[in-house]
Amino acid sequence: MADHLTGYRRADGRVGIRNHVIAISVDDLSNAAVEGIAHLVPGVLAIPHAYGRLQFGEDLELTFRTLIGTGANPNVAAAVVVGIEPAWTDQVADGIAKTGKPVVRLSIERHGDLTTIAEGARQAALLIQDASELHREPVERHEVMMSIKCGESDTTSGLGSCPTTSQAVDRTVAAKGTVLFGETTELTGGEHLIAARCADDEVRAKFQAFFDDYMRTIEAAGVDLLGSQPTQGNIRGGLTTIEEKAFGNIAKTGSVPVVDALESACAPTRQGLNFMDTSSAAAECITLMAAAGAVIHLFPTGQGNIIGHPIEPVIKLTANPVTAATMAEHVDLDVSGLLRQEYSLVEAGDRLMEVVDRTINGRLTAAEAIGHQEFVITKLYRSA
Amino acid sequence: MSEGSEGQVSCLAHREGDTVAVAVQDVEPGNAEVAILSTGARSEVQVTEHIPLGHKLALTDMANGASVIEYGEPIALTLRPIVAGEMVHTHNIRSTKWQIT
Repeated sequence: MADHLTGYRRADGRVGIRNHVIAISVDDLSNAAVEGIAHLVPGVLAIPHAYGRLQFGEDLELTFRTLIGTGANPNVAAAVVVGIEPAWTDQVADGIAKTGKPVVRLSIERHGDLTTIAEGARQAALLIQDASELHREPVERHEVMMSIKCGESDTTSGLGSCPTTSQAVDRTVAAKGTVLFGETTELTGGEHLIAARCADDEVRAKFQAFFDDYMRTIEAAGVDLLGSQPTQGNIRGGLTTIEEKAFGNIAKTGSVPVVDALESACAPTRQGLNFMDTSSAAAECITLMAAAGAVIHLFPTGQGNIIGHPIEPVIKLTANPVTAATMAEHVDLDVSGLLRQEYSLVEAGDRLMEVVDRTINGRLTAAEAIGHQEFVITKLYRSA
Repeated sequence: MSEGSEGQVSCLAHREGDTVAVAVQDVEPGNAEVAILSTGARSEVQVTEHIPLGHKLALTDMANGASVIEYGEPIALTLRPIVAGEMVHTHNIRSTKWQIT
């Protein structure tokens, strides 16, 4: 492991490992403006997305939580928030500004895209200059919030990349760190193992309620998931059933207790391993985890999911030798030697922690290097 | 950790008592060496067909409708009798979930 870890300590005390200035849209209509700003000021990271209009109730709350959480994430130094009208723009901008970081807000009505883009670009350039003066400083491991989620799993995930991730989870929690896992759907068949690991009955009841709610949603739809869980990619990789996939998935969660069960995109308040109710679709899940404050993600894959995220670096590891050889540009760590029993799981964990530490200290992940920036809002139901 | 014992391990099982193991390389019909991860124990299985990397094979004979055990847990039910050394995949096992009919 590295001699010391470095990061950016933000005004609210939380620690980031990247120093992004983002331009984030409140709604789909504002995507052209945030992209225009990022085009004029190349250091700005545009975060467009597909929703934000006519949403209501829980679905709207989740979208606000996701947008605010993304801007508030300590990997973000400053944010430009653009919406079509001022009221919802203010809601998102005010939420981000609570962290104490600089936030610029712009709404397009009564100005038009071009004036908005010009003004946004002027302000964003100043934010970039200010952010460039922020320096890395020594940070502790427990201050660097981690999230985990696997994808395009196959049988090598359960044998190699997931147990290796477990090593990182256990070591991070042993250092008093916080780790998020989710994927409610992909615990099916193994949910009893997670329930048994919940720290107390209250946490267990919260976890079980999230899981039961998901099962009811499926049953109410009058369908089953046999066509989509496992995925065709999973089956090609040797997986057969949702239960088998779940046990491989759970193999990445370490051996520590589950200290809390959180709603989507809610920041954890307890140190340790936290469950969060999420979809198992990679981009939706990681977007929710980043919105909850996670700043570094571990992503075990079998057949080769190529996911990244705009602001949360995603480290991908695989134990599938074919994936490691044919998709090398997406793979940060090859642990296929575990299948050949060339080294121990502890040694694989050492290798992963070295990648984690270098990523914390600034080395770009494969996904960052080749520009994977998947950002997907979880939609609970259709808009009004 | 790879040892000089007879054959190279080509299949890994998670737990003692699992009825399936995963081929960690392409395996051809014949004798195959199986290692159990939880104990380090070794055994042999007579493989009856080509098993691609990542796919599973049966370690024991299983009756029709039997539970298939991996990770020490039931992962599926057999759709027909399966003999040791046979490939185990979606053609001969199924989920226990969402089987309303």
